[in-house]
Amino acid sequence: MAKVLMKGNEAIGEAAVLAGCRYYFGYPITPQSELPAYLSKRLPQVDGIFVQAESEVSAINMVYGAGSAGARVMTSSSSPGISLKQEGISYIAGAEVPCLIVNVVRGGPGLGNIAPAQSDYWQATRGGGHGDYRTIVLAPNSVQEMADMTIEGFELADKFRNPVLLLSDGVLGQMMEPVDLPEPKDYDVNSKKWALGYTGKDKAERNLCSSIFLDVDELEEHNWHLYQKYQVISDLFSKGEFKDFAVEEHLCDDAEIILVGYGIISRILKTVVEKCRKRGIKAGLVRPKVLWPFPTAVMQRLAEKTANFLVVEMSCGQMVEDVKLAVNGKKPVYFFGRTGGTIPSDFEILNEVDKIVRPD
Amino acid sequence: MSTKVERIILAGFGGQGILFLGKVLAETGMQAGKNVSWIPSYGPEMRGGTANCTVILSENEIASPMVTVPDTVIAMNRPSVAKFNLRIKAGGMLMYNSSLIERQEFRDDIRLVEIPASDIAEELGNPRVANLVMAGAYAKFSNLFTYEDLRETLPKLMPANKKDMVEINMAALEKGFNYVQEKKYMFGRYVYSVFKGI
Repeated sequence: MAKVLMKGNEAIGEAAVLAGCRYYFGYPITPQSELPAYLSKRLPQVDGIFVQAESEVSAINMVYGAGSAGARVMTSSSSPGISLKQEGISYIAGAEVPCLIVNVVRGGPGLGNIAPAQSDYWQATRGGGHGDYRTIVLAPNSVQEMADMTIEGFELADKFRNPVLLLSDGVLGQMMEPVDLPEPKDYDVNSKKWALGYTGKDKAERNLCSSIFLDVDELEEHNWHLYQKYQVISDLFSKGEFKDFAVEEHLCDDAEIILVGYGIISRILKTVVEKCRKRGIKAGLVRPKVLWPFPTAVMQRLAEKTANFLVVEMSCGQMVEDVKLAVNGKKPVYFFGRTGGTIPSDFEILNEVDKIVRPD
Repeated sequence: MSTKVERIILAGFGGQGILFLGKVLAETGMQAGKNVSWIPSYGPEMRGGTANCTVILSENEIASPMVTVPDTVIAMNRPSVAKFNLRIKAGGMLMYNSSLIERQEFRDDIRLVEIPASDIAEELGNPRVANLVMAGAYAKFSNLFTYEDLRETLPKLMPANKKDMVEINMAALEKGFNYVQEKKYMFGRYVYSVFKGI
């Protein structure tokens, strides 16, 4: 198919339709409103359902319902709206219902502003709501990846019966780039034996999706079951089938300093690496494409030979903690951040690199 | 201008069609087989406020889509010159709408291109096509797409309910392209970019 010039938010919408998603429930908020706007037109064309709910809380619980029935379903919002959805996300994780949640991150805390930010990293990678749970977190850095990771997100959600969070930001949502859209996939709504809507011959007498376990022993057993599932997911991302999907390494082999960043920041860091190399500084780039499970093993390997790490984020420093945990004191881990909607320029990051590599 | 990459900031009043102008350049670059990116400023803007967007056209993969130092600024109103003038790369270009921006003491290390885009658009009968006058003018300077690419792409971008606008839009492109072609322009402080009739 020919490339199409699309906004990141619209690319997510189209990719969701191509992945067989026919249900969207959400509530508008800048800078992600192009996504529900797109799907409100697109879903009726494919016999899908679009509902603008009365609130974010309501929308996420509609997702819980549709997901329990076995449908491919999604919702999206931006930071304050995602905070509102956390109760529902916790229920969905507890009930092990697959779904895709998109966060086009804006500045916080509180109402913050509508400019791009990366300050929801902790919320995204530590579960977000109450209870002991994880969501798989994908971090695209281009409009093409907004589409690709949407499709991959639905697959991962179904595979692990777990909510998947697509963590984007205002720039990626608003920017336009050419996208190669894949062929549509057939999704069989009757493919999930556990689902309430399953009608196959081997249907159980009663299917139940719930996060209530009033009995103490039962809940403990359920919690350890979830924990084991998260371990399996972690292993598959660190040494199994999704290993290469999880991280991008760029010019790391001979690097004296490795820049670490995700999302839109990783694009800027790639330019910084080019500029460093031209100036004789051996810089490399590691970009986690999956934020949970974090590519700890890759960081550990690189910490053996690289002298320094510089983590750059549009926050006061959140992912830097995961990098420090992985590097485990072996090498210095520096941090540079801008917040409030300011996107760091390649020049100011280059300046930070200089301070570390050529301190005088 | 580099032959490999063109970083452009486009700015003007909300309502002058800045974002669409950026989209026209990006889409044309894409149709010409280049890598492109387009980022709008999306603040809480209103009609009459300022709007700007960033477009990159490139032979190579676009690493950072952000532009700190543009090769070209296309300014449709006076505040845009004040805001972006100093950021233009040395040897870069300021293309400005001289219907709304008076001649002034510009930098002496950039190419100045003066286009009375709003006046030309008025003459054509619709002030709203000033943005496309600029698109036609830019085609004169681009190394990454041609005027023909632009003429081919623009009609595809027009929504079905605006098909009656195709003719005037194409005329705007042509006026902009020819205006630059016929005139001389040069570098220099105090030196007017375009000498009419010389």
